[in-house]
Amino acid sequence: MARRGPPKRRDWSWRSQAVRGIVYQLIAVAAVGLTVWYLAHNTLANMAARGIQSGFDFLRTPAGFDIGESLIPYDALDPYWKAFAVGVLNTLRVALIGVVLATVLGTLLGVGRFARNAIVRGLCYAYVEFFRNVPVLLQLLMWYLILTDVLPPLADAISVGGVIFLSNNGFKFPVPVWGLGQALAGVGGALGVVLAWLYRRWAIRQFELTGRVRSLVLVPIAIVIAAATAGWIAGGAPTAWSVPKIDGFLVEGGATATPEFLAVLMGLVLYTSAFIAEVVRAGINSVSHGQVEAALSLGLTRGQTMRLVILPQALRVIIPPMTSQYLNLTKNSSLAVAIGYPDVVSIANTALNQTGRAVECIAIIMAVYLTTSLSTAAFMNWYNRRAAIKER
Amino acid sequence: MGAVFQPIPPRPAPVRTEGVVPWIRANLFGDVKSGIATLVILALGLYYLPGFFKWAVFNAVLVTDANACQAARGTGACWAVVVEKFRLIVFGRYPYEQQWRPELATLILLALLVASCIRYFWKPWLTLAWVVVVPAFFMLMGGGWFGLESVPTDQWGGLPLTIMLATFGIVLAYPLAIVVALGRRSTLPAIRTLCIVYIELVRGVPLISVLFMASFMFPLFMPVGKTPDVLLRVLAGITLFSAAYLAEVVRGGLQAIPKGQIEAAQSLGLTYWQTQRKIVLPQALAMVVPGIMNSFIAIFKDTSLVTIVSLYELTGALGLALNSDANWRPFKIEGSLFITLIYFAFCFAMSRYSLWIEKQLNVSRKR
Repeated sequence: MARRGPPKRRDWSWRSQAVRGIVYQLIAVAAVGLTVWYLAHNTLANMAARGIQSGFDFLRTPAGFDIGESLIPYDALDPYWKAFAVGVLNTLRVALIGVVLATVLGTLLGVGRFARNAIVRGLCYAYVEFFRNVPVLLQLLMWYLILTDVLPPLADAISVGGVIFLSNNGFKFPVPVWGLGQALAGVGGALGVVLAWLYRRWAIRQFELTGRVRSLVLVPIAIVIAAATAGWIAGGAPTAWSVPKIDGFLVEGGATATPEFLAVLMGLVLYTSAFIAEVVRAGINSVSHGQVEAALSLGLTRGQTMRLVILPQALRVIIPPMTSQYLNLTKNSSLAVAIGYPDVVSIANTALNQTGRAVECIAIIMAVYLTTSLSTAAFMNWYNRRAAIKER
Repeated sequence: MGAVFQPIPPRPAPVRTEGVVPWIRANLFGDVKSGIATLVILALGLYYLPGFFKWAVFNAVLVTDANACQAARGTGACWAVVVEKFRLIVFGRYPYEQQWRPELATLILLALLVASCIRYFWKPWLTLAWVVVVPAFFMLMGGGWFGLESVPTDQWGGLPLTIMLATFGIVLAYPLAIVVALGRRSTLPAIRTLCIVYIELVRGVPLISVLFMASFMFPLFMPVGKTPDVLLRVLAGITLFSAAYLAEVVRGGLQAIPKGQIEAAQSLGLTYWQTQRKIVLPQALAMVVPGIMNSFIAIFKDTSLVTIVSLYELTGALGLALNSDANWRPFKIEGSLFITLIYFAFCFAMSRYSLWIEKQLNVSRKR
């Protein structure tokens, strides 16, 4: 006769861990739910008492304020949602350019900490320690002060070669006149990227089959450049540039980077690059020296050692903290409100003051940043998985 | 015929690798690139530094006279603005005669902070000291007791406010962070989800949106007719914000505790809370002191944001001191450099401490 254990009975007493777990969870959910309900109840009561309207319908009414700089056509008669769109685009513009510049500068500084030259090492160290220990808001304010107070007025702008002008009115620089040639060059460039990608795949397969190393960097770059040039020539090879010309208090032609934009960009880039430098330094430090020696003794050149052995391993350590630095830069771009760069926080602040709809405006700010943060984090996690060690 | 003894030529002395000259040779002129870099940097320094020193030191104006500063504008720094506006920059709008109070309160708070940073003082009475000092700080600052004049919180400002917001932002966030970090590692799905949502929500938005919430939305959250003090609202916002970051730091420590420790505790019959309190947390929290310090530095810098919701801490107090005074407004750069120096001194000291304590804590793990 087979022995049977005691019948499995669910123990509904307090001694059962499962039961306690369920009770704790119920209590936690109830507490959070009650708090939210209480706050919402108070908010509704307060809004009723103060006569505050609620809802997102205000987004369709005219905004009634001008915005200093905009990537899309906008005027004061446009509705609020369009003003918010302008703000979001401005935030993304400064964040994207900032991320690229901060990565380049930060990597240079991080590598500079390993330089043979003691002065270079020392300067990189001093830069990192100084810029990361001063609040980014103060840095933004300082750059804005320097760009508007110290630089000369437009009439005596500092000129570089007569085409670039620096004044307290911003930074004026020439841009090519948009035409068919530029458009075709863009199309050609995009085509070139696809071709280069195909070439890379083919080259890697060839390498695995035959062992012959083909250039995986220079040739793809050459393909992209050649394709873009072909497009440009097909479009008639336009060479017209719109050059800024100063005429008293007016500027004609060219493009402008406003002092607000420049101050935000410089502040964010200089601050974040100090942190990125530390991230890069930690990453390079994490690759053991034996890896380098092994690579060199296999006959790899210094460049190949860096590209094929050190960087792929350092990247694994670098990517997660780098992601959080990118997110920090994006979130810090909200400080633009302090110097009047029309980013999404600044627009929301104006809208809040005009309409009094605090809950809605703050919800929009949070939604915008949460979307950017979560999507950046998702992308970087995907990239991180690709770069992670493939273990069996 | 005997062979004539032929001594071999003496070997050259080994290359000196220590001392000043070999150091310069190795570190400044190691190869061609390095040599060129040294020369270029030295040339740039010789070209620009004298002008900078002339501006900052030799032509600087120290006499508190706005006209003298105007005359020296462009050629010399006007440090006089710091002398003239010192009290306003450092103490904000706090009543002039009463400024010994924030000074004393901040000194006590700083002394306690420094004591809390030294391992020798990590004893039970330290908690007691905090319990005593925190109310004392608010009583000194706020007044209304023992014949002290009452000073409303909207007049608090300057460096004391910066230090206060950073300190209490972290100290109040600490217990919350521990609870949330434990919750995030809990096996109960509902509690874990709540904690993850809280942490990711807060870390996904900028501090400024939290501060906007504190200043515009918290009044709506309260029962009708009640509006909490603005300083309290901002402090609550900063606390909730830093708790999410601190929770991730603490989680790092919790994850570093080997599972064997917990299993050993459980097999000894300890309950969940006993395990956490007696076994896990003491090890985990000691391990994350450098991380907590970094959070503290971050919050110390981030307090400058409260100037956007019109609380006049150090950065705000500078604007307050100079924006309204047409005589001194042009010299805001000098003023900004001064507070830059204050921030730098605090943050740099704290980051050095963080490195030092990291080494101290690693001593016990090395054998």
